[in-house]
Amino acid sequence: MLAYILRRAAQSVLVLLVVGLIAFSMFRFIGDPIDNMLGQEAQQEDIDRLRTELGLDAPLLVQYVRFLSSAVQGDFGVSYGQGRPVADILAERAPATLELALVSGTLAISFGIVFGVFTAIRRNGFAAQAIMSLSLIGVSLPTFLIGILLIYVFSVELGWLPSFGRGETVELGWWTTGFATRSGLLALILPSITLGLYQMTLIMRLVRSEMLEVLRQDYIRFARARGLRTRTVYFRHALVNTLVPVTTVIGLQLGSIIAFGIVTETVFQWPGLGLLFVNAIQFVDIPVMAAYLMLISVMFVLINLFVDVLYFFIDPRLRVDRSEASA
Amino acid sequence: MSTSIGLRLRNALDSDFAYLFLRSPVAVLSAFVVIVLVLAAIFAPLISPQDPFNPIELNLMNGFTPPGTPNAFTGESFWLGTDDQGRDVFSTILHGMRISLFVGVSAVSFALLLGVTLGLLAGYVGGWTDTIIMRVADVQLTFPAILVAMLIFGIAKGITPVEYRDQMAIWVLILAIGLSDWVQFARVVRGATLVEKGREYVQAAQLIGRRPGAIMLRHILPNVLSPVLVIATISLALAIIAEATLSFLGVGAPPTQPSLGTLIRIGQGFLFSGEWWILLFPSLTLLALALSVNLLGDWLRDALNPRLK
Repeated sequence: MLAYILRRAAQSVLVLLVVGLIAFSMFRFIGDPIDNMLGQEAQQEDIDRLRTELGLDAPLLVQYVRFLSSAVQGDFGVSYGQGRPVADILAERAPATLELALVSGTLAISFGIVFGVFTAIRRNGFAAQAIMSLSLIGVSLPTFLIGILLIYVFSVELGWLPSFGRGETVELGWWTTGFATRSGLLALILPSITLGLYQMTLIMRLVRSEMLEVLRQDYIRFARARGLRTRTVYFRHALVNTLVPVTTVIGLQLGSIIAFGIVTETVFQWPGLGLLFVNAIQFVDIPVMAAYLMLISVMFVLINLFVDVLYFFIDPRLRVDRSEASA
Repeated sequence: MSTSIGLRLRNALDSDFAYLFLRSPVAVLSAFVVIVLVLAAIFAPLISPQDPFNPIELNLMNGFTPPGTPNAFTGESFWLGTDDQGRDVFSTILHGMRISLFVGVSAVSFALLLGVTLGLLAGYVGGWTDTIIMRVADVQLTFPAILVAMLIFGIAKGITPVEYRDQMAIWVLILAIGLSDWVQFARVVRGATLVEKGREYVQAAQLIGRRPGAIMLRHILPNVLSPVLVIATISLALAIIAEATLSFLGVGAPPTQPSLGTLIRIGQGFLFSGEWWILLFPSLTLLALALSVNLLGDWLRDALNPRLK
């Protein structure tokens, strides 16, 4: 098990180094950093001095190593657009994105599993069929159209919920939370539904097909023959055995939540990292783009690693197989 | 000559494929919608009542005309209303669809060319070539396609000189979406190539001394094309949505060459002031386009899958 995890960790480090190289190349080769800082009318001696100060005359490999070590320490340079350290901007924006991702992820996983189990158990019922047909539409609708539709219904027509922003937030140290106020919670509803809907349909469809597969197995028939209660059969025997593929997909979907968070944040003008990234692309703010890329990659790699480790706790069979294989 | 075309047509109509197609109402309907929309996009300059990008034909007095209201000057009706500039929404949709489809088709063609080539190489040559190509594919698959496309768009925008950015935007968009999508093709073609490589006909071709390039292109490629066709159709739906998403975010087609996504972005600004038609009609068009291409792709996947027959 340890060997397997170490191998996966080594792969992750490799991915991060490659991403670091991309981010570094963006910094170094898109436009001249000196031009960006001093402007077009700089004196040649100022340019040379700054070049030496910033270490831009060192060999590229040395520059790359320096870039990585400062990135690891949380120093991503200064935003061209806002003139502030990128790390500060990221720290300021992160809570909004993480709270949104947390709420919509929770919504997607819990409703996805519940609906999935329901549609599998009552496969031919009217409600199950209706949910399945609706989910097809949910998969084909682009995220931003769902967001606009929700804004139209609940903000413009009904006027129940806010259409943009986070509402009132409360500061807890450097973290700002929208969970503590009524307007903050109300503001979370529409964005998290928009963001979670696609993931929910995906998880639901997967749980449903896995459940149908598992329910055909002999051990389910045997469990029924032993006279176990239906609920025990469904949840203790069937659902638990669908969890490995479901965990994989949920892990991968956390990544898409971050990616589609960009879209949702733009629709709802949610002041998070995604909106920051979109604005950075529009104004070609390279340091912010590079930092966002690195941050997202670290998150992705950690999530993937975490999912791999989680397998061992969910499925005891894997533990046995792996340790025997590596022994 | 005419008899051979007639014969081919009859053979095509007699095939299983045509039979399955005509028996599926969903497939026929979505194919019909796709054909109508594609024709409308191709002939947009001929069909659309006005050229929405020619300032001479526009009049600000016509701005915000609700659907079905006549033009204040010529008395012709604006069926789908006008936007703030007095542009006919129907005309902007036709032109926008043209750009959406152009970007979608070009991006998928680019991804297909790149992915199929790399997949064939990885599968047939094997060894280091295979390892490197598939490693790159794995790393890229870790990230969602839309994120990859945004990043490529951002980098390409940074490299292009400021004065060319708007002109280049469409091509950069094609490059970004295409590069974010090649992995699917490469993986499937590689898998299929690995299977075909062991077949007798490939060994026979090797024995009579055909060059590897010829074997890949003339012998293996035709035999791995049917899954490629399915992926291409589904990719087209995804590419259209990806393009719309990027343009909606303001990192795609510029307002001077608006695609459906750009039109929806513009329309969202009028959501609160009550001009719903500027937003609704482009959204519905995008939905119809993406949904029908998607359904067609789904049907194609089932029809070409021998296990389901």
